[in-house]
Amino acid sequence: MKIKKNVAVSDSGFVFNPTTGESFSVNPIGMKIVEMLKKETPTQEISNYILENYETDAPTIDKDLYDFIEMLKQYSLIEENEKA
Amino acid sequence: MEKQRYERPIIKKLESNMPNKFGMRTEYRPMTHIDNVGVKDLINEHGSPLFVISEKSVRDNIRNARKAFETRYPKVQFAWSYKTNYLDAVCRTFHQEGSWAEVVSGFEYDKAIHNGVDGSKIIFNGPDKTEDDLEKAIKNNSLIHIDHLDELYTVRKLAERMDIKAQVAIRVNMDTGIYPMWDRFGFNYENGQAWDALNKIMRSDVMELVGLHTHIGTFMLSPNAYAVAAGKMADLAIGIRDKYGHEIQYIDMGGGFASQNNLKGAYLPGTDINPTIDDFAEAITSALINSNFKPEKLPLLILETGRALIDDAAYLLGTVISNKRLSDGRRSTILDIGVNVLFTSFWYDHKITPAQPFTQHTEDTVVYGPLCMNIDVIRENISLPLLNKGDHVVIQNVGAYNMTQWMQFITLRPRIVMIDLEGNVHVVRERENLQRLLEFEKVPEHLKTFEL
Ligand SMILES: Cc1ncc(COP(=O)(O)O)c(C=O)c1O
Repeated sequence: MKIKKNVAVSDSGFVFNPTTGESFSVNPIGMKIVEMLKKETPTQEISNYILENYETDAPTIDKDLYDFIEMLKQYSLIEENEKA
Repeated sequence: MEKQRYERPIIKKLESNMPNKFGMRTEYRPMTHIDNVGVKDLINEHGSPLFVISEKSVRDNIRNARKAFETRYPKVQFAWSYKTNYLDAVCRTFHQEGSWAEVVSGFEYDKAIHNGVDGSKIIFNGPDKTEDDLEKAIKNNSLIHIDHLDELYTVRKLAERMDIKAQVAIRVNMDTGIYPMWDRFGFNYENGQAWDALNKIMRSDVMELVGLHTHIGTFMLSPNAYAVAAGKMADLAIGIRDKYGHEIQYIDMGGGFASQNNLKGAYLPGTDINPTIDDFAEAITSALINSNFKPEKLPLLILETGRALIDDAAYLLGTVISNKRLSDGRRSTILDIGVNVLFTSFWYDHKITPAQPFTQHTEDTVVYGPLCMNIDVIRENISLPLLNKGDHVVIQNVGAYNMTQWMQFITLRPRIVMIDLEGNVHVVRERENLQRLLEFEKVPEHLKTFEL
């Protein structure tokens, strides 16, 4: 899974999709995930990272990460030919 | 290394045409304490959901309301509207602050007597007073506010039989320029019904006309409607004086002042647009003072204010059961608070505040209750900070009508606690349990057993 190449990500939590002209705001943990996805980090690794650094549990991360990635797809920020 | 507080990841499209239907964000600070008692501690000790009443707020509200009227008018009496919240602890707080009781059923009447209110300080309103109720009220010298002619005849018949003079007033309805007009209760001013009833009372030896009553509506946003109503009440009273040489003792203007809640569909928050108690006091007292009463003959002014005195004194605490994405992409949050305990969510966009720290990030959310029913929606759309499963929320302005109109439906009704002036927490109503409910049920013998 990969964020589209031309999608711009700023340090301050904004994501810009030049293809559609749409902008998005992302919270800090969302930003971290977007950055990791840009680097093609596998989702399992992302889950592990969150589990190690945040006060939460695996089922919660599982659910929230899935939901977040679904939203990225819905906003067309993920490469088309990628499968979840 | 210490772990960071978890907040679920969100991405939100930036729209240029703000504000949208989810409204602007209104939550800036978590509500971790109520009257210095921790919300988390309250839930740990008493369960979730939980109603919490602040005794201090109740007392502040009634004192503030009394001040608003007493500084403008010589004789003022508040009567606590039982149906608004008839928990004994709440009623007795109002009685300690000098309020009489205003009741609308035999059950409420008995509750006021049980609370120790003298019969002559109970105002008995409403269209459904049984003969038993009326007999009690006549015997106790209670103030019977007659709603219709059938009741008038019943009171007359009973008073004759009992040989006691019944203390009565009539409820008057009238056009005050607001819509809808509440003309189903009492006697109409404009079409002469009110005069007809007054004549019948004045010509009877067994009824003493002590006052005039009106209640023009509830959650009224127009102080001017009260000025119109007070003017018409004064005209009636002066008409009675001129015609019969009889001076009534009081004018009862009922309740209905808006609380600081947000009515559904209103664009601005209630705290910004709803009139204050001072606005209503100014309208009513000026109308009476400017009427044709001689200054030394002004009647006692009675107020049956309900919601405006209790709404903001109570909170409903709850817990997040789950977050869910709806098929159209909207976010939804399920709370353990359903419309069965938060009845007023049908009228109000209740303010929901997280009870723990949160960031500035929000999501447009639909807030559901836990009932397996489509109608169980607490907020159709709210811009809410990110809540995790197990997080707590505080719903504000829930003191009026919820603790009386709640239903035992699917879930059992929760506990109610009151925080006293010293910060002590008292259970003022126990949570329901299965045993209690079963006490009302009876199973016919032939249905007692079965095999599956
Ligand atoms: C006769 C009467 N008095 C007082 C009240 C209290 O009204 P509110 O809570 O709107 O002040 C009501 C409620 O509808 C009422 O019917």
